[in-house]
Amino acid sequence: MWRYLVRRLIAAIVVLVGVSFVVFLVLHLTPGDPAQVLLGPRATPDELVRLRQELGLDRPVLIQYARWASHVLRGDFGRSIMQHRAVLPEIIRRFSATLILTAGGVMLAFPLGTLGGIVAAARQGTLVDRLTTTAAMLGVSMPAFWVGLLLIITFSVHLGWLPGTGMYSPTGSGGLTDLLVHLILPATTLALVPLSIISRLTRSSMLDVIGEDYIRTARAKGLSDRAVIGKHAFRNILVAMATVFGLQAGFLLAGAVYVETVFSWPGIGFMMVNAILTRDFPLVQGGVLLVAATYVLINLGTDLLYAYVDPRIRYG
Amino acid sequence: MASSGGQAVAQAIGEALPRREIGVRPATSWRRFLANRWAIAGAVVVLVVVLAATLAPFLPLRDPNVTQPARRLSPPFSPGYVLGADHLGRDLFSRVIWGSRVSLLVGVLSTSLAMSVGTTVGLTAGYYGGRADLLIMRGIDILMAFPYILLAIALVAALGPGLLNAMIAVAVVNISFYARGVRSAVLLLREQEFIVAARAAGATEGRILGRHVLPNILAPVLVFVSMNIGWMITETAGLSFIGLGAQPPSADWGTMLADGRQFITVASHVAAIPGLALFILVLGLNLAGDGLRDAFDPRLR
Repeated sequence: MWRYLVRRLIAAIVVLVGVSFVVFLVLHLTPGDPAQVLLGPRATPDELVRLRQELGLDRPVLIQYARWASHVLRGDFGRSIMQHRAVLPEIIRRFSATLILTAGGVMLAFPLGTLGGIVAAARQGTLVDRLTTTAAMLGVSMPAFWVGLLLIITFSVHLGWLPGTGMYSPTGSGGLTDLLVHLILPATTLALVPLSIISRLTRSSMLDVIGEDYIRTARAKGLSDRAVIGKHAFRNILVAMATVFGLQAGFLLAGAVYVETVFSWPGIGFMMVNAILTRDFPLVQGGVLLVAATYVLINLGTDLLYAYVDPRIRYG
Repeated sequence: MASSGGQAVAQAIGEALPRREIGVRPATSWRRFLANRWAIAGAVVVLVVVLAATLAPFLPLRDPNVTQPARRLSPPFSPGYVLGADHLGRDLFSRVIWGSRVSLLVGVLSTSLAMSVGTTVGLTAGYYGGRADLLIMRGIDILMAFPYILLAIALVAALGPGLLNAMIAVAVVNISFYARGVRSAVLLLREQEFIVAARAAGATEGRILGRHVLPNILAPVLVFVSMNIGWMITETAGLSFIGLGAQPPSADWGTMLADGRQFITVASHVAAIPGLALFILVLGLNLAGDGLRDAFDPRLR
């Protein structure tokens, strides 16, 4: 177990180095650099050269990468070129906003999706099943940015029930209630597709399991439906569920880019789009590293979860 | 995000590819598909959109780019403007029809790109194995460790915003799913008796790959394509929505949504309508894709 963990962590570090290096190359080897953006189209070549020197952009890419990496190892992520602020506190602040949003999405999508899938499978072919399946089909086909706009149009513009932008009201106290009220619409938007996918996959894995002999045996010995589905069947779809959850958690994080754009949520996705467009290299680098590390951790967590939900799986 | 849809499905298919019974009779499968009402409904929707897109230049439509300031933000069902007009007074109905061309083209092109590259990579890795496999799969791992949307955005940033580049980015992100799925299918196929027999009979590697391996993975790959294409379209529209894809004034559903977004308080239909069009097309594709999967891959239901 420990050996497995160490091996996985080493692999994770390799992936992170790879990811950060690829991003570094992509950013540095393509036309357009921060100096150009900062000085605008009318900059003279002299000014550009001077600023590039100041920012260290005139060095070979490998040297620049090595310098960046050695600073990161010492906890120094550099300063944002455009915002003149330290990168680390900025990405942490943005990342926590995204985590709040994602957590909201997870809390809606995971339990509801699982429940919907189980109920649909247990009542296969009934009206409940058909409704759930149809809803899930509609759900996976809806573009999130469109759903977000529809929710804003309905609940903010027409009904005026819920705020449609931002994380806190500009005039409010900024308390937890304020945050939760602002979270409802974006979290719902974010949850929609994962919710549909989870319910579809739960339903299909449940149907697979229900067809097994031991379920028939459990039924034959007179167990209640609840016990058969809730205990015998449910335990056996957990491995499949763990995979889906792991994948979906990662994708919730990615989907947040659109949701943040639609709802002006001050998260890391929103920030990254702007940072990439303005070629704010240090900010992009730091953000990518943090997000990729989260991905890697989610994947590792999922694999460890397998061993927990299914004792037959062991890591040596 | 619809994206998560595509990718989770991709994962499911990738795992299921090798389980497919080799040599399911196509005739039976088509009968199964035709018996599925929802799949037929989806196919009809797609067909209608394809027809509209193809015939757009010949239909009696207003020029999608002609502005008519007097008509700006007209609501749906205004005389002469069935779906109303946008903030510049452009006919929304005409723009939606013309926009379908962009979306369909994007779907077909980016899916073909992802499929051909991904399948080639997966074939190579799976069939030859060894060091090539190891190297390719580590590369794929790195690709997948990226939040796909950031990868797409970074690629667009590198290549410059534009529809073509957005399409390339979305395709590149998807290569890994095809590669993984095909590789695992090939790994199983490689050990099958008929492959061993072909090798024993002295067939060249190229012949084995082309005549024996490829035909056997083609059906599941095409089924996956049908389920993947809707996601590609949504994702490219999403990039256009955040300003990285198609640029104004082109009649593209994502760009139209972004334009309409500024007017949702006064004229919500300008943003709602292109999104609805996108939703209907993707729903049709997904229904048809699901039907194909059920018909050709009964194990996956």
